[in-house]
Amino acid sequence: MTYLEHVGKYFVMLGRVFKMPQKPLIFYQALLKEIEDLGLKSLGIIMFISFFIGGVISLQTALNLDSPFIPDSLIGFAAKRSIILEFAPTFCSIILAGKVGSYITSSLGTMRVTEQIDALEVMGINSLNLLVLPKIIAALFFYPFLILLAMCLGIFGGWVAGVLSGLFTGADYIIGLQTDFDPFLIVYALTKTLIFSFIIATVPSYHGYYVKGGSIAVGRASTQAVVWTTILIVVANYILTQLLLT
Amino acid sequence: MIEVKDLHKGFNGVEVLKGISTNFLAGKTNLIIGQSGSGKTVFLKSLIGLHVPEKGTISFDGRINTAFSEQEKMQWRQEIGMVFQGSALFDSQTVEENVMFPLKMFTKKKQSEMLDRVNTVLKRVNLENSNKKLPAELSGGMQKRVAIARAIVMNPKYLFCDEPNSGLDPQTAIVIDNLIQEITEEYKITTVINTHDMNSVIEIGEKIVFLNKGVKAWEGTNKDIFSTDNEAVVSFVYSSNLLKKVRDVYLNETK
Repeated sequence: MTYLEHVGKYFVMLGRVFKMPQKPLIFYQALLKEIEDLGLKSLGIIMFISFFIGGVISLQTALNLDSPFIPDSLIGFAAKRSIILEFAPTFCSIILAGKVGSYITSSLGTMRVTEQIDALEVMGINSLNLLVLPKIIAALFFYPFLILLAMCLGIFGGWVAGVLSGLFTGADYIIGLQTDFDPFLIVYALTKTLIFSFIIATVPSYHGYYVKGGSIAVGRASTQAVVWTTILIVVANYILTQLLLT
Repeated sequence: MIEVKDLHKGFNGVEVLKGISTNFLAGKTNLIIGQSGSGKTVFLKSLIGLHVPEKGTISFDGRINTAFSEQEKMQWRQEIGMVFQGSALFDSQTVEENVMFPLKMFTKKKQSEMLDRVNTVLKRVNLENSNKKLPAELSGGMQKRVAIARAIVMNPKYLFCDEPNSGLDPQTAIVIDNLIQEITEEYKITTVINTHDMNSVIEIGEKIVFLNKGVKAWEGTNKDIFSTDNEAVVSFVYSSNLLKKVRDVYLNETK
């Protein structure tokens, strides 16, 4: 299949996904399950990574700013900007692409090769609507909260690193956080998060839903899904930055 | 009755079904047999609408399925029960949830009414007290019985089974065959089974369609299959010495 055919098939898939659910109660139950599987179960890894990366960003900034003419508050300022603008929305989305993307592809792929999707279709159920739409809505609904949490923990991690290492004071760090704070940065980060969430939910679903073969094909599809999701996030990040910040 | 006329289906330029015409008897157990690669599964998946035929028609009691409107198609799908080769149970759901799923999707019954129906069909397939088990906790034979229960829970008119006793020991395979035949008679369902289990052919095949290289090479009943001189059927069905002897004994007794 050519890349163009994949793109066409992906949009045809989306056309079938965005239909009214056949049974709202079953859809609602599926949505809650997806919020748990895709969102709540990712809390731990995102919290852990955000805290430590925030700390590393602050330490690296402090270690590289050795001029006496640069105030220590710049460390907090730089950490805030890099965490809100790039680390939280982009880096965390790439982590989610790996963790959640492989989960989505392997679960849908296994359903495909064990004929569970065929069973749904034979019953007259729009399997894409039932299986993929809850994933998209769960990701769009939950990931902005996850990314806001990542921002807070990253910034807090930076403060803890500074205080523990003695490289800068907590007060300087907080002054840096408050300096020239632009709320649009949050809007920018959340806009990117929504686009990335859509990519994280749909691209792995495409790879899983249309898998052909057995367990090796499912494994291969999972790898491809993570690779393509990451590529698309990086490209979308570039385009959105160009559109929103320039 | 299910009537198939001049059915063609291929993939990537390779023709798998080459103009099959046959019919499946209403309220009877119909079998599709043939070697691996003969097109049985493609034929069965075309019958249930998972593959769209390139040419030809399939009609269900006079209704041509390719001409259905969306609403008619939905209605028709609810008249169909399907038992997949690997059972295709939803592995995150319990036995009870699996069997109840079509009821939840397509009926407005109360939970208690749905539960009654689930328990009735589970009892029918001799699977009481397994409601809360997950598919992974069941044996292959039990999974098949859950799949049968799920397939009949909506009272279907047509039941399709893709190799229902593959991977089962001979004793369990007979239990599953007998169960399908009993259900066919009891609920007056038109059953179509895709199989290469010769015991099924001889025991329950009220109508048998033999496929060879994508064409219908023979059709008849389980009695006819003993006396046929169709070379392809004879070499396929009587490939083992045991079955050859069974055939000889049958022919000697009926002389």
